[in-house]
Amino acid sequence: MERETRPAVVVGAGPAGLCAAIELKRAGAPVLLLDENSKPGGQLFKQIHKFFGSQEHRAGVRGFEIGKDLLRESLDLGIDVRLDTEVVGLDPNLNVWAVEARKRSYTLEASRVILATGATENAVPFPGWTLPGVMTAGCAQTLINVHRVLPGRRVLVVGSGNVGVIVAYQLLQAGAEVAAVIEAAPALGGYGVHTAKVRRAGVPMLVRTTIVRAEGSEGVERAVLAEVDGKFKPVPGTERTLEVDAICLAVGLTPSIELAALAGCRTFFVPELGGHMPLHDEFMRSSVPAVYVVGDIAGVEEASTAMEEGRLAGIHAAHSMGYLDREEMERRTADTRRRLRALRQGVFGEKRFVAKERVLAEKEKECP
Amino acid sequence: MDRDENYICRCEEVTEDEIRTAIRGGARSVKEIKRWTRSGMGICQGRTCRRLVERILAEELGLAPGEVESSSFRPPVRPVSLDSMDGSRDPSTHGSGG
Repeated sequence: MERETRPAVVVGAGPAGLCAAIELKRAGAPVLLLDENSKPGGQLFKQIHKFFGSQEHRAGVRGFEIGKDLLRESLDLGIDVRLDTEVVGLDPNLNVWAVEARKRSYTLEASRVILATGATENAVPFPGWTLPGVMTAGCAQTLINVHRVLPGRRVLVVGSGNVGVIVAYQLLQAGAEVAAVIEAAPALGGYGVHTAKVRRAGVPMLVRTTIVRAEGSEGVERAVLAEVDGKFKPVPGTERTLEVDAICLAVGLTPSIELAALAGCRTFFVPELGGHMPLHDEFMRSSVPAVYVVGDIAGVEEASTAMEEGRLAGIHAAHSMGYLDREEMERRTADTRRRLRALRQGVFGEKRFVAKERVLAEKEKECP
Repeated sequence: MDRDENYICRCEEVTEDEIRTAIRGGARSVKEIKRWTRSGMGICQGRTCRRLVERILAEELGLAPGEVESSSFRPPVRPVSLDSMDGSRDPSTHGSGG
């Protein structure tokens, strides 16, 4: 089989992108890994908590340690990683438009593109949310775990999902007080282990509660909360005020599909996975066969699933470029798929598994 | 900025009232609201407000969130300085922009 000499371009050096590039390079395929940040690793280096899963999923290992291992592996393999490089355009012919250090714009002709662009944090708007001190949970996590800066002394966390409770706990570890974690739904949304740690620390967890307003002159000084009715509307007369100087929004993530849309990938709306996302098959191929989507862009999940999806796409892309025969591709992806299935179990995992099955079925139906 | 207002698009300072007014005046998609109010036309190109506008549209029109017609995307998907395009490679092959 003739081997493709134009590179596979991987966009995003988070867990999914790094794993895709590693598998491509391991198979001997030409690969370029681009990332807009000055360091690779995506969100992994902000994750100071231990991961779940089984032994082979590195359960019990902290996120940043996994990040360090992936980086070492990518360096040992000699992967061409271009940092400070934003990918701002992509067309259906796989011309990649990159901008280096915000200064030099150039195009690359790729033979395959693997999009590992991640997700964007959702916002919840209320009067006063533009005041300094209102930020997303990811922003607070970057401040405390990367820059070692406290976002506030007394913080309100909006949203009780995994991101909300993990960041609430990390705020406590960093020395902030968490005034409350509020949740508009009738039940808390995060993994029990993380939620319990925050609760044991004495943080009030308020369900059926929303934020209606932030107040302050130069920055956040107070948050006004209210109970919500069955339609998530604030109930008049239930307002109460919390003295806080920071508000962290942890209300979900949306797949960053801009480049996939430009490449012509068909999208599908899957609420459990974050909203509009590109359709993909079992090898993470989108409706544009030479474009793969991996990690949060292909449905918001976790770093552990993102890594396996990256490996799947990397192995399959190397095969399609002529660097692995079918048998070897199938052998390597079989392990990956078995691990992915194991990760999509339990209350949260099963829901994501079912949603992913729907994505595969839709892809099969729309573009077989 | 008025502190009593609920801003939906922070870049272009478009309020919830302005977006609801546009929908009640006939806007039916994120794209139409964008053209009407400039919501989503600022430096972040709708990364934050797109979902919020979709939700308001669904609420006003009585649609499920997935049924709302979303916005389209155009290159560049991040702000790019004209200086960076010195002509050594031609980025105009990437679509008509605008």
